[in-house]
Amino acid sequence: MDLRVTRVPATADERSAVDAVLGEPESGWAGGERAAVDGHVAFGGLRRAEERRHLLLPALHALQDRVGWVSEGGLGYVCTRLDLAPAVAYGVASAYALLATEPAGQVVLHVCDDVACRAATGDPAPLLEANLGPTGGTGPVSWQPSPCLGYCEHGSAALVLRAGTDGGRATVAPFDVARQGELVALGDRLDVQALPTPLALVPQLERGDPSVRLLRRVGRVDVASIDAYRAAGGYEALRRAVELGPAGVIAELKDAKLLGRGGAAFPTGVKWETVARNPRRPHYVVANADESEPGTFKDRVLLEHDPFALVEALTIAGLTMGAEQGFLYLRGEYPLAEQRLTHAAEAARRRGLLGEDVMGSGLRFDLELRRGAGAYIAGEETALLNSIEGRRPEPRNKPPFPADHGLFDRPTGINNVETLLCVLDVLTGGSAAFASTGTPQSTGTRLFCLSGKVASPGLYEVPLGTSLRSLLEQAGGVADGRPLQAILLGGAAGGFVGPDELDLELSFEGARAAGATLGSGVVVVLDDTVDLTVLLRRIAQFFRDESCGQCVPCRVGTQRQEEVLARLLAGRAGGVLAGERALLADLDAVLRDASICGLGQTASAAVTSAVRRGLVAGLQEGS
Amino acid sequence: MTITSPTAADPTPVSLRRRIELSVDGQPVTVHEGDTLLDACRQVGVEVPTLCFLETLAPVNVCRVCVVEVEGSRTLVPSCSRKAEPGMSVQTASDRVRTSRRMVLELLASSVDLSLAGDDVQRWIAEYGARADRHGPAAAPAAAGERDRARPGHHHVGDGLSAATVHQPAKRDNELYQRDYSRCILCYKCVEACGEDAQNTFAIAVAGRGFDARISTEFDVGLPDSACVYCGNCIAVCPTGALMFTSEADLRAEGAWDEDRQQVTRTVCPYCGVGCNLELHVQDNTIVKVTSPLDHEVTSGNLCVKGRFGFQFAQARRAAD
Ligand SMILES: Cc1cc2nc3c(=O)[nH]c(=O)nc-3n(C[C@H](O)[C@H](O)[C@H](O)COP(=O)(O)O)c2cc1C
Ligand code: SF4
Ligand code: SF4
Ligand code: SF4
Ligand code: FES
Ligand code: FES
Repeated sequence: MDLRVTRVPATADERSAVDAVLGEPESGWAGGERAAVDGHVAFGGLRRAEERRHLLLPALHALQDRVGWVSEGGLGYVCTRLDLAPAVAYGVASAYALLATEPAGQVVLHVCDDVACRAATGDPAPLLEANLGPTGGTGPVSWQPSPCLGYCEHGSAALVLRAGTDGGRATVAPFDVARQGELVALGDRLDVQALPTPLALVPQLERGDPSVRLLRRVGRVDVASIDAYRAAGGYEALRRAVELGPAGVIAELKDAKLLGRGGAAFPTGVKWETVARNPRRPHYVVANADESEPGTFKDRVLLEHDPFALVEALTIAGLTMGAEQGFLYLRGEYPLAEQRLTHAAEAARRRGLLGEDVMGSGLRFDLELRRGAGAYIAGEETALLNSIEGRRPEPRNKPPFPADHGLFDRPTGINNVETLLCVLDVLTGGSAAFASTGTPQSTGTRLFCLSGKVASPGLYEVPLGTSLRSLLEQAGGVADGRPLQAILLGGAAGGFVGPDELDLELSFEGARAAGATLGSGVVVVLDDTVDLTVLLRRIAQFFRDESCGQCVPCRVGTQRQEEVLARLLAGRAGGVLAGERALLADLDAVLRDASICGLGQTASAAVTSAVRRGLVAGLQEGS
Repeated sequence: MTITSPTAADPTPVSLRRRIELSVDGQPVTVHEGDTLLDACRQVGVEVPTLCFLETLAPVNVCRVCVVEVEGSRTLVPSCSRKAEPGMSVQTASDRVRTSRRMVLELLASSVDLSLAGDDVQRWIAEYGARADRHGPAAAPAAAGERDRARPGHHHVGDGLSAATVHQPAKRDNELYQRDYSRCILCYKCVEACGEDAQNTFAIAVAGRGFDARISTEFDVGLPDSACVYCGNCIAVCPTGALMFTSEADLRAEGAWDEDRQQVTRTVCPYCGVGCNLELHVQDNTIVKVTSPLDHEVTSGNLCVKGRFGFQFAQARRAAD
């Protein structure tokens, strides 16, 4: 094959940013003169290109971080370095919201306007437009709306990105009116590193509640010190895992009846055993830290405030499933977690807890952090694997499953962050203790993210089987004592629960029986002042924005669903409401039944549940 | 001829592969290991609509019009890629199947110009009762390049009073063929043909995401600035007329395209020693299109620029002289 790259040259800045990730070009064959001759370069061979393709996303990040966008010259340079066709690399870059393929301002504020923040503080757009002008400007400071940034407990949030060698990335939460004014006044003198570190709200810890397990170190143990982590019980689980060996760990997980917390509630022990037993090598393990479900911030709190725990847990996953290499796929909107996890992994490596001989076990394991780039769909496990491989984050058809054909087509164990931290709990406390918490089928504790119009928003940990009412009471009930209109349970992919359903048992089977889902533990509290149709339209917009576009039901269906909600919102469905209801039902059917992946299959869940519960003005069932 | 897709993927001779028994709409069927549910359906003469499936390409299973119901499966499954398993019970005409197929056709018909997508598609739309109009009047077409600049994760939320479409002016940036993405159903066939499955040129890929996903060169540069070598293999697999010989497009624009007046002549390409089969489509003594038989065991319908467009060149030269 003949690789043709654009004749627009990369700037020195762009080349140095890319070289910092890919290393200096080895010879004229990569990135040297060859590109200049006629735009055609000899192709280095499919195999070599395939082997290096996983460096594509890190290289694109390097361009974005340095110059604020992925230019034609920059992309061309990456392609020569990686022997990749520019159309293919462009297809990848243009799938991510945090990579711009047109010039952007030096400082860009990505401001959350998603469900939880909207419910708490309304739409931030009017004020931002007044302060900063319309979205997407190219001035020194510009802004754009963003889906949930994972700081929902604060009721407002912004991700601040500054390009350049003196640039950086940071989250500001809450991002209230006063903060907006401050940032705007600073303009392009803004020093991202100097922004205050956002906090986590964990009301149970403030109260000294002794029952928390996954959250026990949050806010109490120095996140930068591996010694502090060990003094607080860290690395006991790894020691126990080394003693037990893979079969012993898997037996413990099965006895504990641990179910995955990432959404599908798949038994973790079974998954680990399937990967461990697969004769094809090498094996890989992946931590899914792409948390992007609107209203979810549980993984973020764990990652930011107990970073060593994930490093330890992924190490255990690696040793148990026979993998020497792990990947930690972190959503691109979590710069603080990225810093802390990177530091934690380095510290663990220095102590021999990662590397050639993990804790004297004679086994090798190391991990690499990969940063996502703004795509909810990349949290779907097979899309995530494609993302690491440098492909478009499009879900793969299943079967085959990642445990058989995963990363680079090898057996791969992939788990959610909370699931991995539960593994620590199983190993340190023992499977019997774990299984005795919760219900017989849903064992252990679960994290719930309370946001919206709730008196004490924040992250809560309760035994599975706790009632929704009790959880809401622990959080002080509805803010200002107003009447409850509904709760969005499980996230945008979840559904609404009415005030008459608060006895719902928060367990996998309890939620299923009630026609609901725990999803990622989202509990957005909506009082009587919230306009649900506005919220539903925002949810519809979310799925329209985040669909990968691969399959027809989701690509076009999410667009059509948004159009129906826009009509309802404008109150212009008059006279044809029966038609709108039938349309929503048909869209729900095709999305649920015929979409490739969970995104499409749940894209209509919230709307459908709201209609069924009579929460959409004018669309009551039977009306 | 019965075409069993896995023969390309699974080199084991059919006779050596294990036999699998399953049922389709209650009828027993026996297929070979590696065969798909689509193979099984075709074997018992059950028609299953397909759009993104092509015997010569790896199944991408993205259009979802071929879904069937498999007992015990939570969702419907794409028959074009799902392998047959012993004892499977497959339904092809249940309410769930018919609703999903109708909606897939309806969603496409309401957003894409399907007028050249073939008689089968029109027939399916009628048979399944797909009604594009229920999504509202089509929105105004996008300006040239507008859809190509859509930013992932951002779009203008309209009032819902018209149905968004992919309509836009056709891209004409070279003499040989045009790309009219108003007709594109995003079946991925051209991308596969240009890349891994045939041509290994990778001049085009899917860019953007969601409803803004589209086939694109890097940064939407014109084909002359891209890696395209004008093999036309993408045109050969495009099911909707989105990719079309300029000669055909011009005749169609004039209202002069008439397949009834065309003769198709099979010949062997004279340009090199490979000996690819060519089908010359001739109207009024002029070659208006060149194809190659899909079922040819060596070329599977693929050609190079000389075979595909050489005749047209020769013709154009003659006319100019
Ligand atoms: C659209 C979509 C987004 C997802 N996002 C996440 C995510 O951000 N984090 C996560 O752990 N799982 C996510 N999942 C679920 C994963 O596909 C997968 O089931 C999970 O990582 C498995 O981990 P577990 O067994 O520990 O639950 C998502 C699924 C879908 C369909
Ligand atoms: S359901 Fe949506 S996100 Fe999933 S593969 Fe289809 S288009 Fe992509
Ligand atoms: S003509 Fe050939 S090289 Fe050009 S885009 Fe089509 S398949 Fe690719
Ligand atoms: S241009 Fe044709 S072949 Fe390519 S994706 Fe669109 S419809 Fe399919
Ligand atoms: S940070 Fe705003 S909804 Fe989550
Ligand atoms: S033909 Fe099977 S999904 Fe398109």
